[in-house]
Amino acid sequence: MTTLLNTGRPPLFCPGCSHEKVVHRLDEALQALGLTGDKIAIVSDIGCSGLFDTFFATHALHGLHGRALTYATGLKMARPETTVVVVMGDGGLGIGGAHVLSSCRRNLDITLLILNNFNYGMTGGQYSATTPDMAQTASNFLNQLEKPLDICRVADAAGAPYVDRAMASGTALSDQIAAAIRYPGFALMDIWGICPGRYLKRNRITLAQLEQEMAATLFAGGAIAANAREEYAAHYQRLAAVCPPVGEVPRVQAVSDAPLCTKRCEVLILGAAGQYINTAGEILCLAGMSGGLHVTQKNDYPITVLRGHSISEIVLDRQPVAYTGIGQPSVILCLAPEGIARKKGLFANLSQETLVIKGSELALPDTHATVINIDFAGLNIKASQRALAALAVLAGTGSPLGKEMLAAGIAHRHRGKMVEEALAVTARFY
Amino acid sequence: MARTFLEGNEAIARAAVAAGCAFFAGYPITPATSIYQQMLQLLPPLGGVCMQGEDEIASIGFCIGASMGGVKAMTATSGPGISLYSEQISFAIAGEIPLVIVDVQRLGPSTGSATKGADGDIQFLRWGSSGGLPVIVLAPVDVQDCYLLTIHAFNLAEQYRCPVFLASNKEIAMTRESVVLDELVLPAIIERKLCPPEHSGHPFEPLPGELVPPFIAIGGSRLSRQTSSTHGPEGYITTDPAIIDQGIVRLEEKISSNVDDFTLFDLDEQDSGDDTILLIVYGVTARAARTAVEQLRHKGCKISLLILKTLYPVPQNLLRRTIHNKVEIVVIEMNHGQYIREIERLAGSVPIRFYGQMNGELITPETIVREVTA
Repeated sequence: MTTLLNTGRPPLFCPGCSHEKVVHRLDEALQALGLTGDKIAIVSDIGCSGLFDTFFATHALHGLHGRALTYATGLKMARPETTVVVVMGDGGLGIGGAHVLSSCRRNLDITLLILNNFNYGMTGGQYSATTPDMAQTASNFLNQLEKPLDICRVADAAGAPYVDRAMASGTALSDQIAAAIRYPGFALMDIWGICPGRYLKRNRITLAQLEQEMAATLFAGGAIAANAREEYAAHYQRLAAVCPPVGEVPRVQAVSDAPLCTKRCEVLILGAAGQYINTAGEILCLAGMSGGLHVTQKNDYPITVLRGHSISEIVLDRQPVAYTGIGQPSVILCLAPEGIARKKGLFANLSQETLVIKGSELALPDTHATVINIDFAGLNIKASQRALAALAVLAGTGSPLGKEMLAAGIAHRHRGKMVEEALAVTARFY
Repeated sequence: MARTFLEGNEAIARAAVAAGCAFFAGYPITPATSIYQQMLQLLPPLGGVCMQGEDEIASIGFCIGASMGGVKAMTATSGPGISLYSEQISFAIAGEIPLVIVDVQRLGPSTGSATKGADGDIQFLRWGSSGGLPVIVLAPVDVQDCYLLTIHAFNLAEQYRCPVFLASNKEIAMTRESVVLDELVLPAIIERKLCPPEHSGHPFEPLPGELVPPFIAIGGSRLSRQTSSTHGPEGYITTDPAIIDQGIVRLEEKISSNVDDFTLFDLDEQDSGDDTILLIVYGVTARAARTAVEQLRHKGCKISLLILKTLYPVPQNLLRRTIHNKVEIVVIEMNHGQYIREIERLAGSVPIRFYGQMNGELITPETIVREVTA
């Protein structure tokens, strides 16, 4: 095989920089894998390691600090056949920590090479997530306050199925990189090196000493059997393949005319969680649509979806609905104290033209509205059916919807037995 | 005439798929979540990809990677997420990466109110990325617009190789509405222009006479380069001021010089608009404005209504042409004065008034009538 190095742009680092060694070992690994440049994408991070992509005659993506894995993930999902190698420094590891952890958990077939030289070289030798606490850095004493990150142990704990550690100067590095790339899943390599421009200026350390320190970590690299599992993209495709296709958005034909609804009609449904308020609002809208009306619906409920108020605001109109807010409601269905309390300021301003249909047990603020009381409990109508029952009472008045429209709305909203049950509830009020 | 009943977010998701979107990534956030939920239903059975990022930065990063792979991509979020998108947005601008970004605006600042509407991100969408180069921002008024403008957004993203924002609003996104989808006149779908064989292969070199470079997908048979660094046509970092200048000017011009081709708006002028008041609105406020204008005309007020749907680049020609014969301009926004800055500098000698509200409530037709007649 021939080199994949970019002949127009030879590697250029500080003399003695470990990064340059890794460039050549990566080139050898890619050659050993028999890959041509068009089959490979090198995604690089920010910092000195961010120069990597320019040295290779492969596809290249150089993005923002710490985010290399995010681009690699999208790219790999869009182009699963491409070999994606991410190169970042210990700086990218720190700032992009969430992406590293998530990549370990996802197990997408990406190889991450962390060029770990224990400091931010490009910006002047500040401490990073991997700086030993006794090292001298441009960050004064700050690195003494934080424990360095052992990314191999973290990656193992986060579910990475392949984790390896090597010296940039290691004689087996190209084989190790090739093995990491060959691994059919997320593979992470922690490659230790020396930054002569910054780190070495303050810390008298040799590659041999670093190697000893690495040996002391007692980390045995390679595939981690306990984390072995199906690769993400393959797994995704397998699960996606059995997802049922989604049909067209349902169409609602106008089957009748809403005879008495001549102008904009605003309806408020005031209830509580568990009363199927949103569903009732939807049925009312579908009923309106089946009567040829234009409709809008918005719902309001707290984050505690199983407790508290539930309100649906509906506008029905012969014209396309312009303003979607509720100013002077024509109809208010009151089904629970929680909903009424939420809108208590509204009632004082209502005229008798507003129709309120409410459970007879519920107290209303003072109002001039026309009120119809329904003894839901006495009629043995469950709380979950009261909104629908109130719609039936409303349909009985003929405006803004009739019984036929309500039946059509129910048929659009529900399926099978649910339709019969709902129609049975409404029939009790006709 | 059959109608459908759907919310703005669902319309955006459906339209995205109709536009050819095959990749979506998002992070759950009210009131944008239902776009993600819809895409998760729609895309996998079609062979597309829908992912949940570990955060918003990852979500938009996935989209950038997928788009560079040659796939139409979209993400959706709200104010707090748009804030996190910022660095990636500037990358998408610099790297000319086609991408549709939906901002379902909610009441800010900060975490604000997840379930309250607002149009508080309008200037942020324009300026909330480093470098300050232009972006395209479209603002839907209703569910039908959500569908239509999403198709436009994809077309523009592909045609101009840039991020395109849909500035939606909780009040459109989570409001269900009856819509006649079957009668919508949709634009033809535009695909990304791919690099022809005779081209140099330099990833940022436009064809002669053009401003937008043809696209070379990462992973394709021809090598592609993408970089967030200041680069020349070859996609390598450069320090040459002449090359830098050429690149930056091109990024600016490819968006700004073409705005007349995608100036989307509704204009309702009374009696040719001469000597009328001009009410200028966008987004959900336009709905109340339509009602208000009807009421005002009924009262004998001479008033015209301009509803802007292309907010950025500012459609200066449309605005100048519409403003010049008016007696007064009234701008109403669901914020405390953002887009009015763009109109003020174009208004010339025509006096201009503003009303803004950001209390989580819709601006009512009555409020607009009151403000116009005040």
